[in-house]
Amino acid sequence: MTAGGEGGRAVAIALVSTVVVFTALGLLITHAPGWPEVRRTFFDWAEFKASMPEIARAFLLNVKMFCIAEGFILVIALLLAVLRSLPSPVFFPLRALAIVYADFFRGVPTILVIALLGFGAPALQLKHVPLSTTFWGIVALVLVYTAYVSEVYRAGIESVHPSQEAAARSLGLTRGQALRHVVLPQAVRRVVPPLLNDFIGLQKDTALVGFLGSVEAFKQSQIDAAATFNYTAFLAAAVLFVALTIPLARLTDWLIARDRRRRQTARVA
Amino acid sequence: MRQLAALMLVFAFLAAGCGGSSNKSSAGSSTAAASCDKGDLNLVNSGELTVGTDNPAYPPWFGGKEKAPWKVSDPRSGEGFESAVAYAVAGKLGFAKNEVRWVVVPFNTAFAPGKKKFDLDINQISYTPARAKAVAFSVSYYDVNQAVVGLNGRPIADAKSVADLKPYKLGAQLGTTSYDYIVHNIKPSKKPSVFDTNDAAVQSLKNKQIDGLVVDLPTAFYVTAAQVENSKIVGQFPSAGTPEHFGMVFAKGNSLVQCVDDALAKLKSDGTLASLRQKWLAKAAGAPVLK
Repeated sequence: MTAGGEGGRAVAIALVSTVVVFTALGLLITHAPGWPEVRRTFFDWAEFKASMPEIARAFLLNVKMFCIAEGFILVIALLLAVLRSLPSPVFFPLRALAIVYADFFRGVPTILVIALLGFGAPALQLKHVPLSTTFWGIVALVLVYTAYVSEVYRAGIESVHPSQEAAARSLGLTRGQALRHVVLPQAVRRVVPPLLNDFIGLQKDTALVGFLGSVEAFKQSQIDAAATFNYTAFLAAAVLFVALTIPLARLTDWLIARDRRRRQTARVA
Repeated sequence: MRQLAALMLVFAFLAAGCGGSSNKSSAGSSTAAASCDKGDLNLVNSGELTVGTDNPAYPPWFGGKEKAPWKVSDPRSGEGFESAVAYAVAGKLGFAKNEVRWVVVPFNTAFAPGKKKFDLDINQISYTPARAKAVAFSVSYYDVNQAVVGLNGRPIADAKSVADLKPYKLGAQLGTTSYDYIVHNIKPSKKPSVFDTNDAAVQSLKNKQIDGLVVDLPTAFYVTAAQVENSKIVGQFPSAGTPEHFGMVFAKGNSLVQCVDDALAKLKSDGTLASLRQKWLAKAAGAPVLK
């Protein structure tokens, strides 16, 4: 009885404090002297409705780019992380290359990689070099994000306790088999939340490919904003990006919770 | 618990009070001042006419040797069509050349809400009714024709009519009405590209990633003369309906716009505007017209 009463009180307090805080914020904003102009410039409903269909169509280009890119990123980054974990001194050049790659592509701003590849590669005027800006945009995103994701995988691999590999080796598995059947499955399962996080980041970075000229969602919203001198189009593009992110974020939360439940049950057993 | 709720209620009332008490502190420009005397003008920096334009400042709109912070040319030189027009208008308003201050205003900030940091912005900005809802425009200082630039020797160079351009990949710069022209008048079969900057557009043309670049006619002359080797103006588009025109941009409701309109009317009637056009944009009449 006491617990129920306290629970009810907590909900009531949460409700009151939410209402109070948001009312205070709302009043503060809407009474600011510049509010009517800001509202007309950023929150114009007619402009939102007018620009949304074209922006939604342009958004399909973003979706196409990040779906293709993510496929390549997940595979290549895993290869890179495994390369980096090879212990033998014979593999030193490969490890060094992997380290240089990861450092370089995490250091250089993504927009620069996109510009360099998207404009620079076709400018060489070599035969058989594709001119398509979407192609080079995807290549640039893959190069940059592989660097970040390989570090995530590496963290996952190193978080698997060395006793796992030792036990696998003692059962007669080779290094490769131990990696494939014992270490990697655990490592990858552990890093699914940060992988999803990087995927969400990738979705936003597809907007940078607009610099090469492709009309994707953000570029389309820039076109609309410049045509009408109104920024509401940016809001329309933002709504689309957020609509995509929220389900992925909830999926990540669910996966973390499920993983925790599984590990707790295992411990009890 | 009770104290926490009480504290939040107090905070809410304070916030509401603070928010509510700020009354109509007017920006001081709504009353239409009848006087265009230099001393009565509503200016950002008193005693100076503050003119904004974007960076880089390209010919033939601006000229002179480039000087920081501007690249390519210098608006302060008085050379170039827009620089000359700005100084001519300033002269009619009673400002000497050294009483004109130039500031860098990136295109996107010209129409941002809130106080402007310029009195007028001159940056090849076309008037459209939609844009006029957000800012005030002066009357026309230049009627614009669009043109398409292509590389020599490529199929697009032989185009003779607007319909001939349909199969090609075209490009335009962001914020210009060139993109609108492509989408509404040319209606090509390939989706056009849109570039943030002039250099990105020019690079794309050089790389053959786009076949043709649609820009206003004077800019087309600059592109073919100075930026892209081996290129030509394929043609200029016939003006459909009311010709597009460039206007200077002001904060909405700024009374200065009427004074500038008067100044431009005087410059038109005494022939100054025509002679400036002849001086800086003479070549702009010479390109073939696409049917």
